[in-house]
Amino acid sequence: MTVPNMYALVGVGLLCMGLYGLVMHSHLVRKILALNVSGSGVFLFLVALADQTPGPTPDPVPHAMVLTGIVVAVSATALALALACRIQQVNGTLRLSDNEPE
Amino acid sequence: MSLNEVLQPMSLPAWLVALPLLAAGLSVVMPRCSVWTAFFSAITTPFLVVCLGREIFFHGSIEIHVGGWQTPLGISLYADGLSTAMLGVTALVFGIVTFYARPYFSGHAVARHFWPLWLFLWSALNALFLSADIFNLYVTLELLGLSAVALVALSQTGDALTAAMRYLLVSLTGSLMYLMGVAFLYAANGTLSLKMLAIVGPASPSVVTAFALMAAGLIMKSALFPMHFWLPPAHANAPAPVSAVLSALVVKASFYILVRLWVMLFEPSIPAIVAQLLGILGMAAIIWGSVQALLAERLKLLVAYSTVAQIGYLFLVFPLSLLPQVGKTAWQGGLYFLFSHACAKSAVFLAAGTVIHTFGHDRINELHGIVRRLPVSMFAFGLAGVSLIGLPPSGGFIAKWLYLNASLSGGQWWWGVLIILGGLMSTAYIFRFFSRAFSHSEEIVGERPAPRGMEWTAFTLALCSLILGLIPGSVIKMLEIGNPF
Amino acid sequence: MTTEFSKKLPEIMTRRSAESLLSRSGQAMTIIGVSLLALILGYSLWTLPPFSDRMVTLVSDNMAISGVENPVTAVLLNFRGYDTLLEIGVLLLAVVAVFSIAPSPALLATSPPSPMATLLLRLLLPFVVLVGGYILWVGSYAPGGAFQAGAVLAAGGILFTTVTARWHPLANKAIPFAMGAGLLIFVLVALATMMVTGNFLQYPETRAGMLILLIEAAATMSIAVILTLLFVGGEPGEISPAQGENKHTVSFNKENRSE
Repeated sequence: MTVPNMYALVGVGLLCMGLYGLVMHSHLVRKILALNVSGSGVFLFLVALADQTPGPTPDPVPHAMVLTGIVVAVSATALALALACRIQQVNGTLRLSDNEPE
Repeated sequence: MSLNEVLQPMSLPAWLVALPLLAAGLSVVMPRCSVWTAFFSAITTPFLVVCLGREIFFHGSIEIHVGGWQTPLGISLYADGLSTAMLGVTALVFGIVTFYARPYFSGHAVARHFWPLWLFLWSALNALFLSADIFNLYVTLELLGLSAVALVALSQTGDALTAAMRYLLVSLTGSLMYLMGVAFLYAANGTLSLKMLAIVGPASPSVVTAFALMAAGLIMKSALFPMHFWLPPAHANAPAPVSAVLSALVVKASFYILVRLWVMLFEPSIPAIVAQLLGILGMAAIIWGSVQALLAERLKLLVAYSTVAQIGYLFLVFPLSLLPQVGKTAWQGGLYFLFSHACAKSAVFLAAGTVIHTFGHDRINELHGIVRRLPVSMFAFGLAGVSLIGLPPSGGFIAKWLYLNASLSGGQWWWGVLIILGGLMSTAYIFRFFSRAFSHSEEIVGERPAPRGMEWTAFTLALCSLILGLIPGSVIKMLEIGNPF
Repeated sequence: MTTEFSKKLPEIMTRRSAESLLSRSGQAMTIIGVSLLALILGYSLWTLPPFSDRMVTLVSDNMAISGVENPVTAVLLNFRGYDTLLEIGVLLLAVVAVFSIAPSPALLATSPPSPMATLLLRLLLPFVVLVGGYILWVGSYAPGGAFQAGAVLAAGGILFTTVTARWHPLANKAIPFAMGAGLLIFVLVALATMMVTGNFLQYPETRAGMLILLIEAAATMSIAVILTLLFVGGEPGEISPAQGENKHTVSFNKENRSE
């Protein structure tokens, strides 16, 4: 296994771990953290891809994709956290309950 | 520089993206003019779409290379019949609902946040329908998802906030899966351009995996059963103009991407059983959504479950399109469904919003005889209901007729049975509300009179869904430009 | 004993813990599903064809006319600048959304700053600005650029925000302009280039470097302000005395209010 491939596998692993955490936890902040872990996994996968070029220079396009992805992930996380804060203010709890809408 | 030079056909797609973005930025910087920037956008964008439509009608589809760089180095925007039709429906619904939103939000403190979010949503949709680059589609999907979530949360009730949070989590998960699919596709092919990827080789594990990831993400965003659980609370608790646009357009955007990917990239490589699986999920959506709509106690919840059901109809296009001679008819049916549902569902949500505005609640069991207070809105509801059920002469009827044609001529008659059954169920839940609204009982005194703008915009949209039933020929001709299928 | 356990097993499997929405069996199924996903993705990764160098050669071939010398900046701001345009739109959208969700003025520091903190700020902030400006400039030649510089400046802004209780009223007035400048200037430059060269976002070759720097400068300021405001979590303003009660709930559905 080449070193770049190992990073890519770790990225895949992070994605799956994050998905498990997202589904399993009921606390909102933990869900948001799990999503961030997943996102980091995808970005790691992309960066590992960039190193797979046959020549010496890495591919700059996945780097640009990751930069864009990080900014988008930060924006989404900020929105999610603001929503979570507000939910705590209004509903008093940070755990999503399981009930269907009445 | 004359107007003619500015509006060169090659620049129209760029204007369609840049104009709402510019308007959104201006309404952040100068909140006092936000309503006027929104109105200006609501009038000029449909005009630009009409120009684009005329252009591709006479000269074929347009492709512009942003930055002047050829693909695969740069990003290209592609306007063929399908994307222009989607742009047209977007401009129509958004334009009309903008004039509903003005009286709806007048006087509310959140209005100054509504308009930038609204314009961002519009620019996201325009950018999405024009994009021909899979990573660019990811960025537009995120822009779309975040603005939709923020708009849902504008109601600021506890239910709306929880619904927005659920929607956000599902949306972000979907985007991440889609992005992973993009990464796999790029790793396998070295390009991000849809047109260049169309020459994908035979099914290798990476192509199938990429499709599975992207499809999973897009299905989550389109609320196909069983990933539909976020939709009813979100659409029911959002402000009425937001619900209208969410049901009409936002859930269809990810469906559009799935269709594009399917047709351009994946259809040769994916086994037919996947299409049948999508059809089965669509069937489950129709049945589950209709049953829940029959049981719903609030009007907006009923309409939201109806959206779940109608999205199931959209996904029937995948198995039907695989049939040998009638594949094209199936695609036309699916897209016609999309357009007529967009007009009809937005009209219904706007009418529901007017009901809440006037009476303060939307509990179906207590809305007796409201036709006397809101005749125009109820008329709009009725017209839109005609299209949702699929009675002639409406867009919904044309769509169902095309679908039935495809399924019966193609031999897979069970889809036809399902469509008829679905029509019966939607009749049931539409009339459940309708019978109460038109019943002879003591008149409920409304709390506030409904502004004229709110009632007549709903009526206009419902009328559009009916008009779609009268012009099938030209719509289908439009869809064929550029041979998307 | 075993019969007791087997009687309890269904209850154990379906019992929910406080931590999770899933029962034990649901958790087990999720673990299995996720592991399967990891295996499938890993296998697809293993069987990927060799990576093509088409993109790398294309980028290096066109670097000379891109106006910058750093390939990542060239891709980000020139070849795929449209993505960056939308991304700056996403940032602005996020801050507007956060403002809309948090109606009450956001809390800044509640106690007056300690003299240590003020000294720290006075020493650090000029360097933060200097480093940020340098990173912005060097992005054309080496790793760096608008987003990186914006992040460094935002770090300084966050430091400032955790220490001070309120912002200068002039700063409060300038916030909407600072937020929107990045997106607006980017879109206006894109439209202007469309008028000049006929293609959206196609820079004239001699001006490419300068235009990229202009866009990046506006973007840096916007990114810094937006990230700081995202941290603050709302519009900074005076904190009213009755802060606990939330008076700004607007309800479109009156029914919810009566519940």
